[in-house]
Amino acid sequence: MSVQSDRIFPDQHGRFGAYGGRYVPETLMSALHQLERDYDRLMSDANFQRELNYHLKTFAGRPSGLYYADRLTRELGGPRIYLKREDLNHTGAHKINNTIGQALLAIHTGKKRIIAETGAGQHGVASATVAAKFGLSCTVFMGEEDMRRQALNVFRMRMLGAEVVPAVSGTRTLKDATNEAIRHWVEHVEDTYYIIGSVVGPHPYPRIVRDFQRVIGDETKDAILELEGRLPDRIYACVGGGSNAMGMFYPFLEDEEVALVACEAAGRGVDTTEHAASIHRGRPGILHGSLTYLLQDEFGQVTPAHSISAGLDYPGIGPEHAWLHDMGRARYVPVTDREALDAFYLLSKLEGIIPALESAHAVAQVVKEAPHMTPDEIVVICLSGRGDKDVEQIATMEEAPHGEN
Amino acid sequence: MERIEQSFQSRVGQSALIPFLTAGDPTFEDSLQLFRALLRAGADVIEIGIPYSDPLADGPVIQAAALRSLSHGFTLPRAFELTAALRKETNKALILFTYVNPLLQYGYDKFFRDAASAGADGVIVPDLPYEESSPVRAYADAANVALIPLVTPTSGAERIEAIAKQARGFVYCVSSLGVTGERAQMSARVQDSVRTVRQFTSLPVAVGFGVSSVEQARYVSTFADGVIVGSALVRRVEESTESPSASTVSRVEDFCKELSQAVVGDKIHLQEKEG
Repeated sequence: MSVQSDRIFPDQHGRFGAYGGRYVPETLMSALHQLERDYDRLMSDANFQRELNYHLKTFAGRPSGLYYADRLTRELGGPRIYLKREDLNHTGAHKINNTIGQALLAIHTGKKRIIAETGAGQHGVASATVAAKFGLSCTVFMGEEDMRRQALNVFRMRMLGAEVVPAVSGTRTLKDATNEAIRHWVEHVEDTYYIIGSVVGPHPYPRIVRDFQRVIGDETKDAILELEGRLPDRIYACVGGGSNAMGMFYPFLEDEEVALVACEAAGRGVDTTEHAASIHRGRPGILHGSLTYLLQDEFGQVTPAHSISAGLDYPGIGPEHAWLHDMGRARYVPVTDREALDAFYLLSKLEGIIPALESAHAVAQVVKEAPHMTPDEIVVICLSGRGDKDVEQIATMEEAPHGEN
Repeated sequence: MERIEQSFQSRVGQSALIPFLTAGDPTFEDSLQLFRALLRAGADVIEIGIPYSDPLADGPVIQAAALRSLSHGFTLPRAFELTAALRKETNKALILFTYVNPLLQYGYDKFFRDAASAGADGVIVPDLPYEESSPVRAYADAANVALIPLVTPTSGAERIEAIAKQARGFVYCVSSLGVTGERAQMSARVQDSVRTVRQFTSLPVAVGFGVSSVEQARYVSTFADGVIVGSALVRRVEESTESPSASTVSRVEDFCKELSQAVVGDKIHLQEKEG
C-alpha cells in the first residue's frame, strides 16, 4: 500500500478512500462549502499562518517537549521510550491546537460566536478558553451524564465565560452532545462557527482538525531526528474520535518504516457490550456527517459506547482512521479500562507524570509490546493530555468497596 | 411514483395535506391505527417516519417519538409491514422518512425494492444532501420510488437548481433554519424558496418543518402545493402515551381533519397550469 502525497486526501468529495463525505441536513451544505473555500484560502495565507504560529507559541506554549522516559524505559526493558508532552500545553491537552486554529478561522470569516461539543470537557474547556482570549461568545454542548462525571470542567468552562448546555437526549454523553451541537448549528448557521473537537464530522472538518493537530507529528519528527538522528520504529496514540492520533500520525504516513499504533478503548473488553472499540467491533456506517467505522446494531441504530475515559467514550472514529485501518497503514489495537488504569499508575509513579486516562491507553499498549522489542529500537507515545481531570474520578473508584474496574 | 402525482392532484386548485407520524409510536398496532385515522381525516399523502437513534434533523418531539418506538422493539422491516398494511387500504401516496444510516445498513438496493413491494411511493432522507445522493437515487429510480429532496432557506439558487433538476415526486421546502418542531411564527423566507424551486421544476412543492397550527397550514397552502405537518401531530400522540387509547386516535384524527379543511389554498399557479 502507499499513502501518496500529503495533499491528495481527502479528495474533492471529502473522501478518504470510501470514508468521510458530508451526510448532513441540506441547511448546512452551503456553510460547509463556504468553510472549505475559506479554509483553503487562509491556509495558504502567510499572514494567517504567522498569526496561528504566534498564538500556538505564546498562548498554548508550543513547541511541547519530547521527553525521554528513562525510568519507564528501564522498567520495561525494551525500546527507548519518548513521550510527546501534549499534556504540557495550556489547558492540559492537545485540544488547544485545534481550538486556536478554528477560532482564528471563525474570526477571519466574520463570526463572533462559536459553539462546541464536549465529552470529558477538555475540548469544551479549550473552546471556552480561546473564546475568552479572542472575545467570542461561546456555547458548549455536553451530555448531562458527562456534566455529572466531569463537574469540575463544567465549572471551568463557566468561569471562562462560556454557556454550558446539557444534552438530555439519548445516552447523554459525547454522541448526544454532538447531535445537539449540530442541531443548534442548523438553526444558527448564519452567524455561528462550529468548532468540532476531533477528526470527525462532515468534510472539511476531519481535514481541518487533522491539519491543526499535525503540529504534534511535525514537532515530534524534528525533535526525534535531533535527539536520535533517525525516525522512531513505532508511534503510539490513543484514539476515540482520533484527533491526537491523526495529528501525530499524519506527518509520518509516508515514512513506511515507522509503525503507527492506535489504541482504542476496549472498556470492559471487546467481547462484552461495554467498550468503545469502533474498529474492532463496529462496521462502516454514518454518524455525525461521515461514513466510518461505527458501533451499531443490525439495523443501523447507533449503540452506546463505554470507556473509563470520557474522551474515548464515542461510538465512531474519524474517517481517515477508518481508511488507514483498511489500508493497513496504522494498526488499531484494543486496550481495556483495567490496562489503562494500571498504566496510569505506572507512569505516575515512575516518571512523575500523571497522564490523562485517554493517553494512558497508549502507555498501556507500550507496556504490552515493549518487552518484545530491543534496546536499539525507539518508540514515541503521544501523551495527549494530563490526568488532573481524572484524579477525582479515580479516587471515587478506588474508594468503592468492590472496584468498578 | 404516479400515485404521488395523483395525490397532489386529488384536490383541484387546493394544497395537499401531508401529515407525518413516527412508525411504531408508541407501538406498532397503535401507530397503524393512527395512520388509518390520518387517511380517514383527509390526508392526501402520508409520511411514515422510520425511528432512528440519532435523528440530527429532528427536534425533541420527534426524537422522543423515535425512542418510544425503538423501546417497544420497532425495527426497520416493520416499516415495510406497516406500509403494506396501509397500501391495502388506500391509493394515496405513502412516503417513508428515514435517516441515511439505517438505509445504508439495510442495503440501498434491498431497501428500495422492499419499499416498492410494500407499496411506498417515495423516500425522504434528511441527512442525504445532493452531493451524496447519486448512488441512492440510482437504486430508487430502478425501483420506481421517488427520492424526494429537501431545499432550505440557505440553499441558494445554484443549489436549488441542481437539486430541483434531480428531484423526483415533489420538492420538500424546509420552512426555516433549524430542526423539526412547532414554531409560533412561519418565516417569510420560505416563500422565496418555493418561488425559486418553481423556476427549475414543474414538480409539486411542499413546505414543512414548523407548521404547527391550522392557521399556519392555511397560510402555507396559499403558496405551496403541499403542507407537511409532523411534530404538532406527534405531540398529540405523546400527550397520551401513558395510556394510548381511542381518545388518542380521535384527537389525532380531529386535528388532521381541521388541517385538511384549512389547506384549501389559493392555488393560482395550479389553476394556471390547468387552464
